[in-house]
Parts: sequence; C-alpha cells; structure tokens
Amino acid sequence: MDQLLQHLVNGLVLGGTYALLGIGLTLIFGLMNVVNFAHGEFYTLGAYVAFAGIALAGLNFNLAILAAIVVGAALGWLCEVTLLRPLRNESIDTTMLVMIGVWIAMQNGELLVWGGVAKSIPHPYPTAPLVMGPVAIAPLRIIVLVLAVGLIASSWLLIHQTKLGRAMRATFQDRDTAALMGVSIGRVHAATFAFGSALASAAGALLGPVFLAYPSMGDLASLKAFSVVILGGLGNLTGATVGGLLLGIAEELGAGYISSGYRDAVGFVIIILVLLLRPSGLFARQERIG
Amino acid sequence: MRALGRGLLAAALVTLPLWLADPYYLHVAIMAGIFGVLALSLNLLLGYAGQLSLGHAAFFGIGAYTSALLTLKCLWSFWPALAAAIALAAAAGWLIGRLALKLRGAYFVLVTISFAGVISLVSVNWIELTNGPLGLPGVPAPDLGPWSLRTKPAYYYLVLSGVALSYAVCRRLVRSRIGRAFVALRENEPLAESIGVDVTHYLVLAAVVSAAMAGLGGSLYAHYTRFVSPEVFLFTYTVTMVIMVIAGGKGTLAGPLVGAVLFTVLPEALRAAASWQWQMLAYGLLLVLLVFFLPRGIVPQIVASFSGHPRSAPGSRAPLR
Repeated sequence: MDQLLQHLVNGLVLGGTYALLGIGLTLIFGLMNVVNFAHGEFYTLGAYVAFAGIALAGLNFNLAILAAIVVGAALGWLCEVTLLRPLRNESIDTTMLVMIGVWIAMQNGELLVWGGVAKSIPHPYPTAPLVMGPVAIAPLRIIVLVLAVGLIASSWLLIHQTKLGRAMRATFQDRDTAALMGVSIGRVHAATFAFGSALASAAGALLGPVFLAYPSMGDLASLKAFSVVILGGLGNLTGATVGGLLLGIAEELGAGYISSGYRDAVGFVIIILVLLLRPSGLFARQERIG
Repeated sequence: MRALGRGLLAAALVTLPLWLADPYYLHVAIMAGIFGVLALSLNLLLGYAGQLSLGHAAFFGIGAYTSALLTLKCLWSFWPALAAAIALAAAAGWLIGRLALKLRGAYFVLVTISFAGVISLVSVNWIELTNGPLGLPGVPAPDLGPWSLRTKPAYYYLVLSGVALSYAVCRRLVRSRIGRAFVALRENEPLAESIGVDVTHYLVLAAVVSAAMAGLGGSLYAHYTRFVSPEVFLFTYTVTMVIMVIAGGKGTLAGPLVGAVLFTVLPEALRAAASWQWQMLAYGLLLVLLVFFLPRGIVPQIVASFSGHPRSAPGSRAPLR
C-alpha cells in the first residue's frame, strides 16, 4: 500500500510532463493533420536549452525553462513556415516523411553539438526528499509538477479564452469554412506548430533536470506523446491531459509491479490495444478540439 | 537493347567476385544485397499496397534472432533455420496484418512502430533466451553440402541468390492479379472494394510476403555478421529501408534495388570524409530534399526522362498515396 502511494505520486510527476507532450502533439496532429515524428526532438531541444542556460550561461532555473519555451516556439515556427507550409495540400504520408527527416537531422545535429554522453542538468533545489507519511518526494519533482500543471492550465486558457484559440478550434472543426470566415489558416497552422513545439520543449526542460539530457531521449518522448494522443483521442485537450497522467501512472505501476525493463513497453502496448479496441480514444465522444 | 542491358547486368553481377576481389568491396556488395532484399520487402507493402510500415526492423530482427538461436541453441543447420526464420517472420507479418490493417495511414504506422518497440524490449529483457544486450556471438557460417559458405565470394553468391529470389517473387506477384489488386487498393480503396477486391485478404497477403522477405534478409544478415544483438531492431534500419525505397522509386521493381546499392555504397564511400553522425544528419536532410525535389524517386525519374515525355512510370505516382 505504501508502495502504491509512492508509485502514484511518481506517476503523477511523470504524467504531468507527458500531458504537456501530448497536448502539443494532439494539437499538431489534430489540427494540421501532420504526424509529427520530430515532436520528441523538441523535447530534447528543451532539455539542452535548459542545460545550456543553467550550466553554461548561469541563468536561473525558471528563466532557463522560459528560454526553452521561447526557443522551442521559434524553431517550431521556422519548421512550419519552411517545410510544412509548402506541403500543406500534400498527403499525410508526405509530411510524415518530411518530419521523419527532420527528426533524424535534429537528433544527429544534437549528437554532434553535445556529444553522446548524457548531461546532468543542475538545479537549485535540495536533493533530500520531503517525507510525507509513506511518500518521499524530491522537491524538484514537486516544482516540476506545479510548473507542468501551470502550463497545462495556460494551454486551456489559450484554446478556450483567446481569439487565436477560437481560430484554432474553428480550423480543427472545418478548415475550409474557417478560411471562408476570414481565419488565416497559414497563421493558425504556424501558431499551432510553434505552440505545440514550445510545450514539448517545456516538457524536456522540466523533465531534463529530473533525469538526464541525452541526444536520443526524444525517441521515447515521441512515442509517449503518440500514446497519449491515441489514448486521449485526436485533438482532444482533456483526453491528452488525462491520458498523460494515466500513462505516467501506468508506467510507474508497470515498472514497480511487473519489471522495470518493460517500463517503456507500457506506452507501446497502450498504442496497440487502444488502436485495436477503441481507435477514437478512451474519452472521445466525437473528435474535436477543446 | 533492353535484353542486352539486362544480360550485361546479370553477367556483371554473377562475375562480380572475379573482377572485384578486394574483400572490402565484396563486403559492401554483400551488405547492399542484404539491404536489397529488405528494400524489396518494404516496397511491396509501401510501394504497391500503399501502407507505410515503420516496424520493418522487427521482421528483420525476428528473422535474425530465429536463425541465430536455432543454429546456436538447437544446433540446426543453416537451411532449416533459414526456412524457420522466414516462416516466423511471416507469421509475425500475418499477426500485424490481421490486427493492424483495418487501421490506415498514421495509425497503421504507429502500430507497426509499437510492435517493433515491444519486440525490441523483449530482445533486451528476455535474457535467458536472447542473452540480452550482450547479444549472441558465434552464429555459424552456413554450409552447402560439403562446402562452407564462410568465404566472402561464396557468401556473395548466397546473398545474390536471395536477392534474385526476392526479386522474382516480387515480380511474379506484382504482375499478377494479386499485384493489380494491391495497386487498386493503394489508388482507391473504396472503388477497389466495390468491384470485389477483398481488402483484408490482399493487405494481409502483402504484409505476410513482405515480412517473410524481411525475415530472409535477417537470416542472411545474422549468418554473415555472425553476431546478433538487440541492435538489429534499431530504428535506423527501418529508416534506411524507407530512404532506399523512396529514393530508388517506390512502386517500381528496380527502384528499391537501386536505392539499396546507392545507400550502401554512398555511406561507405563517405566514411573517410564524414563521421557517422554527419552521415545520419545528411540522411535526414536528404529525406526532406527527396520529398521536395524527387518525390517519385530515381528510377521513375530516369524512365520518364528517357521516354522523352514526363509520363508516370507504371505503378508509380507522385508522393505516397
């Protein structure tokens, strides 16, 4: 029982960042119909920006995370404008191949810049865990969870309370009609990709200090983001949030009670089972954003 | 003219160990052959049936592990182990086909990736069977009757037969009713279904044959490098196959082979000039450039330019639909 509570708390921390990854991908996938295999590379990018900011430039922790968000958004925007915009009317497979290319190029670029050795990202919080009854949790993990929840809430506000968010929801529901109503599809797409990439980058910057930063960390992050999207349903913000938390908890429980070697298999099995049994996602009444 | 060209090419391939005696060049030729089998296999699913599998390394790895384990632990000889490797990979292809081919596009891709991910984790974690990350060293070289195929020229002929067999199977399949059904499904599934093409049957068939060929490639690889580790499941292998098929020309018979030769020779030639990371970086950029500038691939492009007018080569079409 004590173990169970501990696993749940750890799973929640992981799940918060998975939710960030999932929200970014579900927006890109749902709205732009782009299967973004480079999503995890933005996560890696975030972790390295945090590393560069804290360890090399001496920024403070929160500023470094902000820097990761800004860099992720800028590179995401660049990626959309240069690569995806010219291919907007091509099939989903074409853009998927381009994103696979971006994925390979970014990952190996990171390998060239930072080398293959994993980097530990310093953080200002004490390493001694806070003990609350049966649960022990490192202060850093609490901060990570709080920041993740804050970012998820901001995404909600952006989608539901701003003009851009309304344009995004309209584009998701019917791109042509939205365009007829004066929504600039190009700007919505660029904003969506930048926003999704910024969230992935933030997730990397948050989880990087908890674990380590290394060039191939994005591969698993991509697959986890896809598991979350499939679990929650395409373009479904609630689904991605709940799906992320569920995946984090399921992984912790799997690692704790089955075998830690198969921790990452949980995401794969979820993808396979959900797609086979309930392809529209666990929470989808119908596919829509918000 | 075409017959002459083909005869010359066949003669060149058969006599290759005579005029290219350097073991290093033979090694490159053997690897190109193994990747040729893999690219032909992926092309059947991607180029003809129109389904992108990003889990093809799983079938390759299953073939490699089956063959290695049967020869090492059960002391089978190479040929029955090869047959078992093909059969087991085909069975895995059947399973994935049955399960996943009701999904399309991105969802099919994700199931294939997940399948490869699970298999790869099993190969790392089931240490009693697979020896985990350490891998299985000492996979025996194959024999043919009294002769050992240990030498590079002998192995070259083995791989060449494998390529020829795969090519013949693809050609026979593609030019039959079955191949036309594949293309019909790729081009317009509802229309094909409406005239009585059984979607599930044909897509599963494509997956089974494709997986079996990847299993053949895996077995050939295992007995050539004589070592199998979870690295056979690396995503890099899948990406390499995809690039070979796309660059060579998907949905053509010669395209994957041209792609396989090009993308085995090119990295070897560049090895002195650039490290592996630079090469992978270049691969990524190249994939992007190919989609933008050469979406149909090299072979259809050459065919189109030789025929004088930009008609589409048979069975090929602009980017992956």
